[in-house]
Amino acid sequence: MLIKSRKNWQLSENEATPLSTYKTRRDVLRTMGIGAVASVGITSAGVASGLLGLGEARAESLSYIKSAYDPNEAQTSHNAVTGYNNYYEFGTGKEDPAKYAHALTTDPWVVEVAGEVKHTGSYSIEDLIRPHQLEERIYRMRCVEAWSMVIPWLGVPLADIIKRLEPTSRAKYVMFHTAVRHGEMPGIGRPVLSWPYVEGLRMDEAMNPLTLLSTGLYGEDLLPQNGAPIRLVVPWKYGFKGVKSIVKISFVEEQPQTSWEKSASDEYGFFANVNPQVSHPRWSQASERRIGEFRRRPTLMYNGYGEEVAHLYSGMDLAKYY
Amino acid sequence: MVIFSTKKLISHVIKPIVFIALLAPLLWLGWHWSLLLENQPNGLTANPIEYTNRFLGGWGLKYILLTLLVSPLSQLTAMRKLMLLRRMVGLFAFSYVLLHFTSYTVLDHYFNWAEIWQDIVKRNFITIGMLGLLGLVPLAVTSTNRMIKKLGAKNWKRLHMLIYPISILGVFHFSMMRKGDQLEPKIYWSVLVFLLGYRVYRFYQRRAGA
Repeated sequence: MLIKSRKNWQLSENEATPLSTYKTRRDVLRTMGIGAVASVGITSAGVASGLLGLGEARAESLSYIKSAYDPNEAQTSHNAVTGYNNYYEFGTGKEDPAKYAHALTTDPWVVEVAGEVKHTGSYSIEDLIRPHQLEERIYRMRCVEAWSMVIPWLGVPLADIIKRLEPTSRAKYVMFHTAVRHGEMPGIGRPVLSWPYVEGLRMDEAMNPLTLLSTGLYGEDLLPQNGAPIRLVVPWKYGFKGVKSIVKISFVEEQPQTSWEKSASDEYGFFANVNPQVSHPRWSQASERRIGEFRRRPTLMYNGYGEEVAHLYSGMDLAKYY
Repeated sequence: MVIFSTKKLISHVIKPIVFIALLAPLLWLGWHWSLLLENQPNGLTANPIEYTNRFLGGWGLKYILLTLLVSPLSQLTAMRKLMLLRRMVGLFAFSYVLLHFTSYTVLDHYFNWAEIWQDIVKRNFITIGMLGLLGLVPLAVTSTNRMIKKLGAKNWKRLHMLIYPISILGVFHFSMMRKGDQLEPKIYWSVLVFLLGYRVYRFYQRRAGA
C-alpha cells in the first residue's frame, strides 16, 4: 500500500487548480470583462492563474526520477519561468535575459573546483553530474522582490556532489561564481553589481537535502536565461541565492562576501532566508504575488520549508542575520 | 480664406493632437490588458500588476517633468501661446499619478488598507510618493479658470509653486524604489536639475534686471 506522507510545505492536492476549473474561470473572466476581474478575485486567489497559459505540454527530453519533493501547487507556466528572469549580466529588465542570454556559450563548459577540498580541478558538466541520477524537484521560488513561482527543476542534490569532492575539515562555506563573458553578456558593461556574481552557503546549508545543483527544468536542459548549464537552487532562500551559470565552486574557511551584500549590505544579507517577519528596508516581505495570480498570498516562513531547515538557524537572531 | 490665429491653431489643432499623444500610453495599457485577458501574447510581462504599477508611475513622473518643461520652452522659443497647453499636461500628470496610486491600492494590494497603511508609514519611498500625490490634489482642484479667479492670480501662482517640491519628491520616490541600477534615476535627476535650475537662473536674472 502506498502511504503518502504530506509534509507541511506541501499543499494538499485540492489547492492546486485542476485544468477544467481553471478553464471555467477563464470563461467567466472573458464574459465578465476587465471590470469584473477584481470582484472575481475576492472569492478566489487563483482566479487568474491561467492568464499566462499554465503548464503547456513539453517534450520531455531528459531521463530523471520523480521525487517526493512536490508541493502539489500549480506550476508556473513555462513561458513565465523562461521569460521573466533576474539575471543582471544580461540586463536589468525582467525580459532582457530571455532576449539576450541565447548568446551565452554553454558547451563546452568548465567548472573549477577549488579551495579546501580533496578533488580540486576542472570538471565538465558531465564529470560533475553524470555519476548521479537526475531528479525532479518541484520547488517554490520566492524572489526578494515579493513575487514567486513554482518550478519543476531537474538536478542533483548538492550534498551528493560535495561528498564526492571530499572537502577538508577547514571547509566551512561553499562559494560560487557565475561566468563573466564579455561579448556575450551585455549587462556587465555597466557596474550594476560587481562581477563576477558571487554567492555562498554555509556548509550545513549546502549539505541540506533540499539544496540542488540544477541542470534543467520542465524536463529539459536549462535555458541560458535560467542559468544554463548549471545553477544552484535553494528553495528556502530568496531567489538571488540561486547563483546561475556556475564556473567555480570553492570551499572556504571564511564567510564569503556575496555580490548583493557588497552592493547593499543593509538590504541583502548573506543568509537571505525567506522570512515574512523581516522586511526588506523598502518593502514588506509579508506577502507575495505568485506569477499568474492576481491576489497576493501570505509569504511562508522559510518559504514553507521550515520542517527541513529551521534547525539550521536555531538560536540565531533572524532579524540580525537576514 | 481663413487664417488661423496662433491661439486657434493651438486650441483647435495642436491641443487635440497633444491630448491624444498624452493619452496614448493609457490606450496602449488598456489594449495590452485586453490581450492579457484574452490569453494573447502581450507586453505586460509575466507580472502584469507590477508592470502596470511601474508603467503608470513612470508616465506620471514623465508628465510632471513635462509640465515643468512648458514654460521654459515657451520662453526659450518665444512661443508664448504654448502656455495654453500647460494645464492639460498638468492634469494628465495628475491623472497618471492617481491611476498609479489606484493600481497600487487595487491591483497590487487589493484594498488591504492595513497593509497599505503600514507601507505608507514604514517605507520611506512610499511615504514620499504619497506626499507627492497629496500635494498634487490642490493643484488639480484649483486648475479651473473659476478657481484662478477666486484665488486671485497671485495666490494661485504661489499655490502652484508646490509643483517644484512635488517634482523633487517624485524623482526621489522613483530613485529610492530602484534596486541596484541607478542609470534611469540619474537621467530623471538631470532633467529635474535643468528644469529647476532654469527657474533659479530666471529668478536671479529678473532680480538683477529690476
